[in-house]
Amino acid sequence: MIKISIQNEEFDVTAEIKQLSSKSIGAIATFCGMVRDSSKDSSLISLTLEHYPGMSETTLEEIAQKAKKEWPIDSVTIVHRVGRLKPEEMIVFVGCASAHRHAAFDGCQYIMDYLKTDAPFWKAEETKDGTTWVSERENDKAAKRRWHLEESN
Amino acid sequence: MKIYYFAWVRDYIGYPYEDISCPKTVKTIEQLAQYLKDQSDGHRRAFQDLSSIRAAKNQKFVANNSEVADTDEVAFFPPVTGG
Repeated sequence: MIKISIQNEEFDVTAEIKQLSSKSIGAIATFCGMVRDSSKDSSLISLTLEHYPGMSETTLEEIAQKAKKEWPIDSVTIVHRVGRLKPEEMIVFVGCASAHRHAAFDGCQYIMDYLKTDAPFWKAEETKDGTTWVSERENDKAAKRRWHLEESN
Repeated sequence: MKIYYFAWVRDYIGYPYEDISCPKTVKTIEQLAQYLKDQSDGHRRAFQDLSSIRAAKNQKFVANNSEVADTDEVAFFPPVTGG
């Protein structure tokens, strides 16, 4: 099963894990991405996330499907929030459920590495000096390349 | 042709969407970007450095030399920064 959700509301990690669980599942690996204050003077007021409706859902679905093809993963959940978020709030949840831990761990990392470079979401940081769009990070592109799979953009 | 803009590309242009009819000479994403660049000061700023912009056609990432038609949905935006 694959569950994709793009939403404004907060998500409940325990409830998401419960949904991923079943009798044949021995391992559920999860990842939570948080709003981080990277401003020089710790002055982050909010982070606003926007997305390309339609393309964002399809892209996340494709990434989840690719992970399920690479590893014996039973279920994948990806929840990505959009809208205005405060420091320390959660932005993204990825959960992979499998019989054993290695597939679950690898699946989670793979999904995040592809999400970072391929899913059409953008962040704008609001500090006391104004609002600026966050730039892409070279590290993220390198993280995707380590999977030795084809580049899609 | 339906054209969507996101993030700072939209901020420069001033609106998120426009429906335009392109001249027949516009055959690729790059030619479309060059055409749009001359539409306003905002467009000019948004399309100033094409290497800093990504494009999608019918909601899939495409290269600058990808062909476009009137029936396509095209989007221009900065490199993605989600997660």
